[in-house]
Amino acid sequence: MADVKKIATRESYGNALKDLAEEFPQLVVLDADLAGATKTGIFKKAYPDRHIDCGIAESNMMGIAAGLALTGKIPFASSFAMFAAGRAFEQVRNSIGYPHLNVKIGATHAGITVGEDGASHQCNEDIALMRTIPGMVVMVPSDDIEAKAAVRAALEHEGPVYIRFGRAAVPVINDKPDYKFEIGKGQLVREGKDVTIVATGIMVDSAIGAAEKLAAEGIDAEIINICTIKPIDKDIIIKSAQKTGKVVTCEEHSVIGGLGSAVCEVLADEYPVKVKRIGMQDVFGESGSASDLTHKYGLDAEGVYKQVKEFV
Amino acid sequence: MDNLQLKKYANEVRKGIVTSTHSAKAGHPGGSLSAADVFTFLYFEEMNIDPKNPEKEDRDRFVLSKGHTAPGLYSALANRGYFPVEDLKTLRKLGSYLQGHPNMHIPGVDMASGSLGQGISAAAGMALGAKLGNKDFRVYTLLGDGEIQEGQVWEAAMFAGFRKLDNLVVIVDNNGLQIDGPVDEVCSPYPIADKFKAFNFNVVEIDGHDFDQIRSAFNNAKETKGMPTCIILKTVKGKGVSFMENKADWHGKAPNDEEYATAMADLAKIDETLC
Repeated sequence: MADVKKIATRESYGNALKDLAEEFPQLVVLDADLAGATKTGIFKKAYPDRHIDCGIAESNMMGIAAGLALTGKIPFASSFAMFAAGRAFEQVRNSIGYPHLNVKIGATHAGITVGEDGASHQCNEDIALMRTIPGMVVMVPSDDIEAKAAVRAALEHEGPVYIRFGRAAVPVINDKPDYKFEIGKGQLVREGKDVTIVATGIMVDSAIGAAEKLAAEGIDAEIINICTIKPIDKDIIIKSAQKTGKVVTCEEHSVIGGLGSAVCEVLADEYPVKVKRIGMQDVFGESGSASDLTHKYGLDAEGVYKQVKEFV
Repeated sequence: MDNLQLKKYANEVRKGIVTSTHSAKAGHPGGSLSAADVFTFLYFEEMNIDPKNPEKEDRDRFVLSKGHTAPGLYSALANRGYFPVEDLKTLRKLGSYLQGHPNMHIPGVDMASGSLGQGISAAAGMALGAKLGNKDFRVYTLLGDGEIQEGQVWEAAMFAGFRKLDNLVVIVDNNGLQIDGPVDEVCSPYPIADKFKAFNFNVVEIDGHDFDQIRSAFNNAKETKGMPTCIILKTVKGKGVSFMENKADWHGKAPNDEEYATAMADLAKIDETLC
């Protein structure tokens, strides 16, 4: 796969905000001293009057976003996932979720691909936290195209939305002519009959790589990209489970509470099959390069391949 | 509005507080009663509002950051005509829209609150929204003196001072008591005025039960440009009900039937002085 275009979804986030600013005049962007890293700096450069730096005070930032939404603005509150979903969880829950305000949370640097900063900054818990809040939409885009589509969808959606972006550059995989994004709809990335791999975020690319290796050994994997973890696309998961009878989930997140749990909830209710959950196995991360870390924790194509093969 | 009329309304607000918490057998009468005069002033004189059109766009906004004193807010809203006073008796009961803490389904409530320290941020966000949208409505938020122990209050204060939100008034109900006892014995927030001054606020300290002083403080806030105002109300927790006054115990306890009768008799006596 020579010449694969790579871009970090946080970059897509900053670009999308800038590109959508004219179309959505109510859009304002909040940050907590991380505009350079979250890439909202791209928006800030183009629309300085619509960018509000709240300083290193994420709890207050969520409240400011709530207040702005109550005056008709559409605020995107941005920070690292650790601080947006972690530190400010209760503010998001009580000041945004409970009053069901039109606030969007753009959380970058999620998961272990934060890399060298280490475990303190590698948030593997945000999907779990955010999806427990009633009425919250939770999206984890897999590439540049999906990230931009998710930002637009969030702006068009009335109500709170959490979008998870990554730090590391990832391949563009949704550049197909029939690609269409809709909140709550999964994408069938690859048809197969032996095992279903349900992946989210950067793990969709790992799943594609794993499926190629599996195919070489006669294992035909179906891949479903779940960008919207809440509300989750039950139909696409159940339909595939009925076909293959075996499901593997892949996420750059704890296996507790995230995509794996969400898929298990759907299957336990509707069509119980055996499920293997690939992700962070209830451990903290550590410092290292993104690629070394995804390899060590079994989240690269090789790791997914091995775990799926063992499972089937 | 003349002070006598305000005092009459404030006494009605206090009756609503006592009645609703008695009916609920729960709730927070102490801090509701200490703030009853400022609730009355805000809803009967100060704020540009319309009970018949609670959502009107150019209205002034109020955020009850100390959300547990919902009985005080609800009683003021009911007496101002947002909903029937009779409904106060449904407070905290299953199926009632009068939730234990304010939420978005109550006519006149501009922001859900109850988790301390968060309301002031939302109020600052609203004030910023007014500035960004070139709207001239004002935003008021009421905090407890125990509540300001929350770190988020100071994040918000820094933000409001830095952003020169002169359309924001932060009111601190300084009744001196929190659940565990006197605020300066639990974890002292004093000096309160100096703290807000340090965050670039215009600060006014007044007797929170004196309508002349209250009026003058809010006028001062309106005249102050380039900085938000903090009004520190020196108040008596439980004000108006003899056995509740200055008792931390009445922070979050409802009067029983006998206590209810005594409380209402106390308030009836106040009525007699207001003829």
